[in-house]
Amino acid sequence: MPVATATQQPKESVIRVRDLVVGFGSHVVLDHLDLDVYRGEILGFVGGSGSGKSVLMRTVIGLLPKRGGSIEVFGADLDTLTEQQLLAIERRWGILFQQGALFSSLNVKQNIQFPIREFLGVSQRLLDEITEAKLEMVGLGPDVQEKLPAELSGGMTKRVALARALALDPEIVFLDEPTSGLDPIGAGEFDELITTLQRTLGLTVFMVTHDLDSLHTVCDRIAVLVGGKVILTGPMSAMLASDHPWLKAYFRGKRARGIAG
Amino acid sequence: MDADAMLTSKRDGDRLVLAPVGAWTAVHARELEPLVDVQVRSSQPVRAVEIDVTRVDRLDTFGAWLLERLARGWSARGVEARITGIKEDYRGLIEEIRGVGLKPAEPERGQNRVVAALATVGRTLAGIGGVTTLILQMFGAVTVAAGRALVNPMRFRLTSLVAHIDRVGWRGVPIMLLITFLIGAILAQQGIFHFRKFGADIYVVDMIGILVLREVGVLIVCVMVAGRSGSAYTAELGSMKMREEIDALRTMGFDPVEVLILPRILALIVSVPILTFLGSMSALYGGGLVCWLYGGINPDVFLSRLREAISLETFAVGMIKAPIMALIIGIIAAVEGMDVKGSAESLGAHTTSSVVISIFLVIVLDGLFAIFFASIGM
Repeated sequence: MPVATATQQPKESVIRVRDLVVGFGSHVVLDHLDLDVYRGEILGFVGGSGSGKSVLMRTVIGLLPKRGGSIEVFGADLDTLTEQQLLAIERRWGILFQQGALFSSLNVKQNIQFPIREFLGVSQRLLDEITEAKLEMVGLGPDVQEKLPAELSGGMTKRVALARALALDPEIVFLDEPTSGLDPIGAGEFDELITTLQRTLGLTVFMVTHDLDSLHTVCDRIAVLVGGKVILTGPMSAMLASDHPWLKAYFRGKRARGIAG
Repeated sequence: MDADAMLTSKRDGDRLVLAPVGAWTAVHARELEPLVDVQVRSSQPVRAVEIDVTRVDRLDTFGAWLLERLARGWSARGVEARITGIKEDYRGLIEEIRGVGLKPAEPERGQNRVVAALATVGRTLAGIGGVTTLILQMFGAVTVAAGRALVNPMRFRLTSLVAHIDRVGWRGVPIMLLITFLIGAILAQQGIFHFRKFGADIYVVDMIGILVLREVGVLIVCVMVAGRSGSAYTAELGSMKMREEIDALRTMGFDPVEVLILPRILALIVSVPILTFLGSMSALYGGGLVCWLYGGINPDVFLSRLREAISLETFAVGMIKAPIMALIIGIIAAVEGMDVKGSAESLGAHTTSSVVISIFLVIVLDGLFAIFFASIGM
């Protein structure tokens, strides 16, 4: 079943999902799903609440088991890899969880340094400098370094979590509803931040989101999940042009007026 | 796949050309950092430095930062350092990193050791004072909630009380019986072993009877309840606090003390005396069994001796203490639970201190009771 729209020029697929089936008990969430994520793009992933967007993300990063199908990341089938190779791949992606998932007993600085210290073994001086650079890249000053996650506001938590996701300079970043819980100004700034970082670091971004503004301003392509399958991928214009009833309700409903106009 | 990363240098008159080569990425950061530092520290008499990055295959934040450190190192000595040959892909990153302003590392404020030690003592004392205040406040809040429930019994949460009695009382019976049985058996064995040396075997029965009914039964049960139920209460209340459930209750007009804490504490007050009674009987049974099998004291001899050795008062002393100990355990568990802050670490710390403080206070209280009962001749 062709997934991508006809006009795709050949690009390198960094994530290639084929025929993926994921279910819990008798409930099948993802039903023979196909998806490609190309290098250097920002892919927005949408679908109704409970449609399995997060399930797909969690399956790709290996937190959930799959029943069938294959997932290739950087051209390697995740099923065939040894533990070492899998670890090497895991170091090339970073994940921003919906609630941030910062380690609550470590302060901001320790949170960001944790993966670097574990995997790279660089000097404390470089560690401190890089932490400060990363924080500055996500728009935070050095004064937050000593704060504990419980003392951060929602927007700051997301930024710190993003800095931690970027700690090892990954090539792919998974963002699970990055702008949820942020006010429109904060969400706009976060969108801008993602675009800037994507451009400067050459990231591939896989973003699960419900934020129509983010989809409109940030994403190169959008993939739509309905009924356990990706029913359409393409730019915003393709979404707006579609006659699928769910897409019409989603992109041309009351809340979407601002972007359609 | 990855080319090795290096840094080459070439003198060209009074100009130094540094050429980073290969993959300047996080993976190589450990090897690259010393190379950069050597260059920064070298005192070559040059007027200008050029960092030519044409031959860098891959670059990430770590690599870009190390290049920047190299450039800043020379600039700090008044030598002009320029980065040249930047590929278009990396321009954004290098520009971004150049903008990073490092705050000068604050020197650690060296503190006088004596001052630090005194400060620790002060903080600890203030902490003890704080907990004492919280305990008194919680005691007051529970009393008020209980008073309201007395005035208006419809408000009282009977279902919750029964559910908690089931958890802390009924489900705790097997483990309590087992532990107290073993304690009774061990007391009897030790008593017989030592008393036999001077032919006082039979007084083991007195010892077991008095010790179990007055002290050991209630103490063992309370220690177990503090570890089993007090810790669970603290963890429950603490995680409710972390997830703002307690705030949600408050905004709906419920008093968390009345809804959550009062039923829990009452469940303890009901359960602990029952467990104490069962535990004491189990300990006597264990003691009696060992007396019979190991000490050769027949069950009917044991029973008649026991009847002489103990009175209803002995039994009452143990039972009077039980509900008061239960109240202490419940209050401490509630105080610690409500004091949990946002982090997982805080939840762990408060659960630990809930158990430790409960057991400590139970033992202190037991000592005070011993003095009290001795002075009134019980």
